[in-house]
Amino acid sequence: MDVPASLCKTISFMLSLSLTMLPAAIINGLMYGAIYALVALGLTLIYGVLHIINFAHGAMLMLSLYAAFFLFQLANIDPYLSIAIVTPAAFVFGYFIYRYGIGVLSKGKDQNILLITLGLSIIIENSALFFFSGDQQTVSLSYSFEAFDLGFMYLSYPKVISFCAALVMCALLWAVMSLTDMGRAIRAVAKERQGARLVGINVEHIFAVTFGIGIACLGAAGCMMLPIFYVDPYTGNIFVLVAFTIVVLGGMGSIIGALLGGFIIGITESVGGLLLGESLGQIGISLIFILILIFKPTGLFGSKV
Amino acid sequence: MGALGKNILLLAGGAALLMAAPAFITSKFYIDVLTLIFFTAYLGQSWNILGGYAGQFSFGGVMFFGTGAYASSVLLTSFGIPPVMGIFVAIFAGAVLGFIVGFMSFRSGLKGSYFALITLAFAELLRVLANSVEFTGGGVGLFLTYAPGLSNLQFSTPTGFYYFALLLMFISIAIALWLERSRFGAQLVAIRENEDAAEALGIDTLRCKIYAIMIMGAMGGAAGTFYAQKYLYLDPPIAYSIHLSVEMLLVTIVGGMGTVFGPLIGAFVLHIVNEVARHFIDTPGLSLIVYGFILILIISYLPNGLIGMFRRRMKQSEATALDKITSDKGGRDA
Repeated sequence: MDVPASLCKTISFMLSLSLTMLPAAIINGLMYGAIYALVALGLTLIYGVLHIINFAHGAMLMLSLYAAFFLFQLANIDPYLSIAIVTPAAFVFGYFIYRYGIGVLSKGKDQNILLITLGLSIIIENSALFFFSGDQQTVSLSYSFEAFDLGFMYLSYPKVISFCAALVMCALLWAVMSLTDMGRAIRAVAKERQGARLVGINVEHIFAVTFGIGIACLGAAGCMMLPIFYVDPYTGNIFVLVAFTIVVLGGMGSIIGALLGGFIIGITESVGGLLLGESLGQIGISLIFILILIFKPTGLFGSKV
Repeated sequence: MGALGKNILLLAGGAALLMAAPAFITSKFYIDVLTLIFFTAYLGQSWNILGGYAGQFSFGGVMFFGTGAYASSVLLTSFGIPPVMGIFVAIFAGAVLGFIVGFMSFRSGLKGSYFALITLAFAELLRVLANSVEFTGGGVGLFLTYAPGLSNLQFSTPTGFYYFALLLMFISIAIALWLERSRFGAQLVAIRENEDAAEALGIDTLRCKIYAIMIMGAMGGAAGTFYAQKYLYLDPPIAYSIHLSVEMLLVTIVGGMGTVFGPLIGAFVLHIVNEVARHFIDTPGLSLIVYGFILILIISYLPNGLIGMFRRRMKQSEATALDKITSDKGGRDA
């Protein structure tokens, strides 16, 4: 009788510990969730318009983390300021790599694109390893260790800034998509390729612009992530599955879905880590991914597979 | 002598050459490289059955390898069951995992990119699990003791492992040859070419795809035991490494998907490229950069791989010289 009693005590203690830490975990999850959402927005936009899965998404995110890192290291530019540099650069990179790379090489086949972007991710990842070495890099800002006191937890400045910046970027993307002519053209191409071509839209150009915007989201996300994360050549791998899970969860091509999915995954990750421990906590994401794909492949807001 | 007889002769000659190779290759290094080539070709062939013949690309093929490796290694370290028996458990475990993954994903109609991604997620899930549970040794990994002997599937010389890998590779070729000639193989190809049409013709596509992934799983399981007994160490990042998943599909795509010898040719070419690249600049990552470019170029310009290229060349020259004599064979291979 002795052993079960002590076991019960331990479990209830751990449970109460978890419960007091639960709000903190949820808020932490929300902070990361906003950035995840931004990463997933890029992926879902590319999917929604081009109907391709960009397997190099994680690798390109890693590149923009490095871009922000080197801007900080060599030019001493604050990562949040380098958003203004890295985002347009990422757009240009994305535009050209689609227009003159993926678009030409794939010859329009879905599985080709998957494999080509896989090849691209291998090239990017190992080039990073080759040029930047495998060491983990972090930045330390003057305000890295300052924090808001919420009473039950401390919330560091970078996390809050990243959260707000990610939300602003999401709003900006929404505005571009729904208010500008370019956004209208992109949506037209997404809905009806041939029809868009018939009314005089340059579809190849729109494809490349969309890909560019998707990668630009990564550029911004990389800058926001750097102060609260680290970068090494394998960082992309961590986020590939995360981004795909969010996109599938929210529904392929759905912007609202990507936003909501980002928050759900962010919270799942941090609460999972709290309840199951650091190592087993990562299981939540792949589990959600598998379950969603099997039981509701259209996701929360998606219309078709 | 017909075309078939000639092929059999070629096959026997090639096999004899490979079996005799250790007699005149004295360098342990080259024996080791060849062993790795056969091992990769074998894994590539396992990917080829589902990816090449049935057209279902997987990005997480390593999961069968890792599960098989853990199955026989845990049996050995925890229960003292020798790997010569453990390898059959590994094969069984791989097939069961294949059934589970196949049943779950094919039954819900996943194909194309979705199937590729879900296999990636399964591999990731297993990696995290292997990292978290006790009996796999967790993140510390499993150390196996070195005790050469057939019951341990360990050998005191590299030549022993050479023959072990060669045997595995021969078996994989035999499976592919059987596929080429069997009704089941034709059904897989029909699924690859047009799944709806295959269904309409009365092919039980779900069952066929599940059988294909189970064969892949069984083969991967045996590869896991081979690896564990050769390298004597196993941890989750090795057992479920995405690199091996990529290598499996890479050698097959480079050599030629849906062909008997594609994976072997691809493995030869890529390993040679790798060794040459390493010879010039020995920096981590370089050979993989080259792999990435090769993958993209092959996909774009040689969708049927190197074999496809040779065949096209051969067909052109044969067509001009012999006109119609080879037309029955050509129709089959196309």
